[in-house]
Amino acid sequence: MTPGLHHYLIVSALLFSLGLLGVVARRNLFVIFMGLELMLNASNLALVAFSRYHNNLNGQVMVFFVITVAAAEVAVGLALLVALYRKRQTAHVEDLTSLKL
Amino acid sequence: MPQFTDLFFYALAGLTLLFGFLTVLNPLSRSPVTSAMFLVLTILCMAGLFVLLHAFFLAAVQILVYAGAVMVVFLFVIMLLDLKADQRRHFNKIAVGLGGLSTLAIAGTLVASIVKTIPVSQTAGRLAEGETKALGRLLFESHILPFEILSVLLLVAMVGAILITKKDLR
Repeated sequence: MTPGLHHYLIVSALLFSLGLLGVVARRNLFVIFMGLELMLNASNLALVAFSRYHNNLNGQVMVFFVITVAAAEVAVGLALLVALYRKRQTAHVEDLTSLKL
Repeated sequence: MPQFTDLFFYALAGLTLLFGFLTVLNPLSRSPVTSAMFLVLTILCMAGLFVLLHAFFLAAVQILVYAGAVMVVFLFVIMLLDLKADQRRHFNKIAVGLGGLSTLAIAGTLVASIVKTIPVSQTAGRLAEGETKALGRLLFESHILPFEILSVLLLVAMVGAILITKKDLR
């Protein structure tokens, strides 16, 4: 069966769900971060597939912007992780309960 | 030869999902370094899918920026911080079970809505100009303002990252 738009969208939806699983089920902050990256990538795949099958390059421009913003987000997020590790010596969400009442 | 590229799609899609799964829930290793390596493989397979969608420039950017720059920063920070104590912890069984269940529900909803709404006989159109040339034209003609704002965003992120990781944050 020749792959069409819905094949790509299903791959993208499954990849998004995998990223969500990483964010929900894992407790390591790095793996949670990687789950976020996976979700961003899944949305990129959906945008490129739409752009190809609707013959409109605006989707690819959007993906270009998303990749750049994701790179900026990773830089700031990892800087926050380094600052957190310096204060608490942990990268585990179960140890970060100081906002708990 | 249409059958050949079809085969490529199924192989790349399967590998992407497999490596994605091994990134988030690897049964053999809980080390974030292993997860990062599998994320690199996932991103490489996704670049292959971009090539199949004729987005050659984005495939190159995906490999250069994601598999190159972003993942190097990830691995650098993971190895900078000594995370040996975290590796001995086990998966939270309740979290994995409930998270898996809710994720499965969301995935089912998404796939069902895609199958219901997207017509099966959707064919890809032909673009007249070279794809990368057309993309550059679009980027620098009608999207020039967001492009410039993005460069300011990158500068802000760079300065912010340096400021946050400074030792004596007053």
